[in-house]
Amino acid sequence: MALSTIGGPERKLSIGRKLWEINWGLVLLVCLVASVGFAMLYSAAGGSLDPWASRQMIRFGVGLVLMLAIAVIDLRFWLKFAYPAYAVAVLLLVAVMVFGTIGMGARRWIDLGPFNIQPSEVMKIALILALARYFHGLTIEEVGKIRWLLIPVAMILLPAGMVMKQPDLGTALLLIMTGGIILFFAGVRLWKFALALGAGLGAIPIAWQLMHDYQRRRVLTFLDPENDPLGSGYHILQSKIALGSGHIFGKGFLQGTQAHLNFLPEKQTDFIFTTLAEEMGMAGALTLIALYVCIFAYGLAIALRARHQYGRLVAAGFTGMFFLYVFINVAMVTGLVPVVGVPLPLVSYGGTSMMTLLVGLGLLLNVYVHRDLQLPRRLDGGLG
Amino acid sequence: MQRNDSDRYKVFTRRAALFGLGQAALVGGLAARLYYLQVIESDQYKVLADENRINLRLLAPPRGRVLDRFGVEIATNRQNYRVLIIREQTDSVERTLNRLGELIRIEDWQRQRVLREVERKRKFVPVAVADNLTWEEFARINLHSPDLPGVQLDVGETRDYPLHEITAHAVGYVAAVSEADLKEHGDDPLLELPGFRIGKNGLERVYDLHLRGRAGDSRVEVNAYGRVIRELARRDGQPGNDLVLTLDAELQRFAFERLGELSAAAVVMDIHTGDLLTLVSTPSFDPNAFNVGVSRDYWRSLIGNKMKPLTNKAAAAEYPPGSTYKMLVALAGLEHGVITPDQRVFCPGHMVFGNNTFHCWKRGGHGNLAMVSAIEESCDVYFYEISRRLHVDRLADMAHRFGLGKATPLGLPGERNGLVPTAAWKRAVRGEPWHLGENLSIGIGQGYMLATPLQLCVMAARLANGGFAVEPRLVRPGGDLEDGDDLRTAAERGVPSLKVSPALLKVVLDGMKGVTLSQRGTAYASRIKEPGMAMAGKTGTSQVRRITKRDREEGRHRRKDIPWEERDHALFVAYAPVEEPRYACAVVVEHGESGSKAAAPLARDILIECQRLDPSRRPGRARFAQSGDGGRGT
Repeated sequence: MALSTIGGPERKLSIGRKLWEINWGLVLLVCLVASVGFAMLYSAAGGSLDPWASRQMIRFGVGLVLMLAIAVIDLRFWLKFAYPAYAVAVLLLVAVMVFGTIGMGARRWIDLGPFNIQPSEVMKIALILALARYFHGLTIEEVGKIRWLLIPVAMILLPAGMVMKQPDLGTALLLIMTGGIILFFAGVRLWKFALALGAGLGAIPIAWQLMHDYQRRRVLTFLDPENDPLGSGYHILQSKIALGSGHIFGKGFLQGTQAHLNFLPEKQTDFIFTTLAEEMGMAGALTLIALYVCIFAYGLAIALRARHQYGRLVAAGFTGMFFLYVFINVAMVTGLVPVVGVPLPLVSYGGTSMMTLLVGLGLLLNVYVHRDLQLPRRLDGGLG
Repeated sequence: MQRNDSDRYKVFTRRAALFGLGQAALVGGLAARLYYLQVIESDQYKVLADENRINLRLLAPPRGRVLDRFGVEIATNRQNYRVLIIREQTDSVERTLNRLGELIRIEDWQRQRVLREVERKRKFVPVAVADNLTWEEFARINLHSPDLPGVQLDVGETRDYPLHEITAHAVGYVAAVSEADLKEHGDDPLLELPGFRIGKNGLERVYDLHLRGRAGDSRVEVNAYGRVIRELARRDGQPGNDLVLTLDAELQRFAFERLGELSAAAVVMDIHTGDLLTLVSTPSFDPNAFNVGVSRDYWRSLIGNKMKPLTNKAAAAEYPPGSTYKMLVALAGLEHGVITPDQRVFCPGHMVFGNNTFHCWKRGGHGNLAMVSAIEESCDVYFYEISRRLHVDRLADMAHRFGLGKATPLGLPGERNGLVPTAAWKRAVRGEPWHLGENLSIGIGQGYMLATPLQLCVMAARLANGGFAVEPRLVRPGGDLEDGDDLRTAAERGVPSLKVSPALLKVVLDGMKGVTLSQRGTAYASRIKEPGMAMAGKTGTSQVRRITKRDREEGRHRRKDIPWEERDHALFVAYAPVEEPRYACAVVVEHGESGSKAAAPLARDILIECQRLDPSRRPGRARFAQSGDGGRGT
């Protein structure tokens, strides 16, 4: 794309111009992945748009508009918005601890009448924005100093701790890992990661003590799913049976016996990848993964093309989170990691994660659109 | 500022490269995992997926019928009309049950059970409300079925024994499969079928596999909750084979009713073929009760009865043969030359041996007796004398040749061996050498001697057929039955000989004829007067407890008021007719006190009826047997 025409810091682009500047290749990829999701939801319902595929399409349509809107809003607005967004997210997390609605044994939602808010989802985006803004203001020398790192580490651990209390171990780990990825891209020394990892491993026995029974069971089940095939190991075992029986080219669209005869639990949400792999085989599964890899590649390319650290970190942070979603979900249904309840991005049925991801993709596109913006490191006076 | 950003950018680029590499490695790991699951392990998971999806529904084959030698049904399958209820097809199970209660009787406990089960089971699984409905009830429900949502009618099969108690011991019964049955022969998937019945006793057990048939199956696709989606394939099974017995149901019924309230057993056998025509044991039990599960009261009444209705007294109970054993003692004496038919022995009423006095049943003694008279009058002293002159192993050899001491090849459950003592046996079991004094008790069929009524009948048959080793059989050999087949003698049929001299055997048989036909004979009162049907036999009265010297002094052993359990057993073995014999019979009346008074009249009546019915020669059997073997129970 032509970049010489994108102007300096003072010039404002028209909406039309910005829309033209959007990376439509990435948008196309997102639509492709979502379409795979529609097809699989259609199949999971036994060849019907009801109850999942149709609703998912509407959500995606709304989300797509939202994504494009976010992409064309001036990047400096999002930059200014970063800390307040983080503060609001923390307040929401506090609120959910106090008035949250209990569902599935955990307190995760705030009921706002017509719709629900899941503060941990808001935090996923807010954390990326806030950390990116923070590191945008640091020199590489400052990043190397531990005292400058205390604030971002606290910014990560505070919401992660609150989410863990809900209890939602999967999201908490996702927040920590996403934060870690941003720290990594910001240039924090590798030995510090090694140290943190060591400390984390050392904390495992303590964490085990603090875990809820169902969380411990999930870990134990992961370690030996065949041990209890009708109990908690059922998900993983049935999922592996579905995958394995799919073979290379699958049983054919709408022909998956495991999903259609209800042996697969959560076939429309967390285990949708299994339905795909059963019906389309390894070929279908690898094709979807390849689409995801293209999205990751776009994400990293956008990060590398950005002329400001904020944009790089937002793009890299979101790409990292997106990657974590994909990796954890696929690893989970193939029995490589415990079942932690992470959906497959853009494919799993569910409005909340769809919105989070499309907002994140909107921010990624936003960075691309504003890739040549001149942003001073010190923003005190520079933001117009 | 710009320089500073280029530093950060350099670091960022390096990190991005590292991150990209890490991503590539992890995605590669996922791809490898998919390859492992979907290609390498695929076959295994395919099988598991099919196991998930495909359910094998077994179709139980109808069990073969059990028929008597004329085709009379002894065990068959009866249609069992049942009414079931399916929760998901009715708005209210209770309302449906109420309406059903207006048509058939539903007890309160049945109602409670149904309501309980309906809650526990998945909503599409039928739950049985009532079993064994009459045709009228079944039809009534059928007529009203539009008003009975959720009600399903079903015709199953249950085992039915139309003769009830009469054949219970020989045929046995079927019952639900137990854990032990599964361990013993658990390879047949039919055994796992709910409601499947397996032969538990008698011939039902011995010929279980023959009667059972092979399961058919239906492969159905089910979902995770077990609901059937569709049938994929069906394979019909093979119904069980019918079993044609040697028994004559009519004679069996006669014998059963003749034994009446007694605790007794009677066996009738064709002396040339070994066909068992009657095998009864009284009191008996109703095998139909075991099929559906015995009620506690009925079970208690069976277990609590001192006459032991569950025991097959014809084959699974042993009694001292008493005087019925004397023919074999006589034969052994003759064969080994320790006595001749005419040599006389003086009976003063007792024999002193060592420190013991052995009494004859006749207090004053029989005086001088030769062999035929000794058998006729059942003189104990005469047989003390012969057995005193023989080694115990020679007595045992003759007993073994005539089928004592070892269970017959019938292999009925619980069938006993009896006991024929030898010197080696005593050393092995008691650790003591044999004493000659013990021969005397053996000589009159007491002491260690034990035999089943079935064995005694075989013994009588082998005496009557001229010394051929016929073996008893309860099942008609399939296929080789021809008209006239049963009319050949044991010799003509090639039955192995026992190698007893015919001349010696004749002496013993003359003795047996004298028992019923001579006025001095112990069973003269029970002789058969019908022309051409006369029987020969031998009485036996065997002690249940030893008569002590004190008993004898106090005359207690002859008193009438001794408890039932301590009274002597009454035995009688016989064959008929005396000319060209055909049938042998053994009767044992537990605690019947006297062979001549209690057992002989029973044997007489059974043998008269047997000769009247003449099952071995009755026509029509061969014709039936051909169609019966080919036909199948439906």
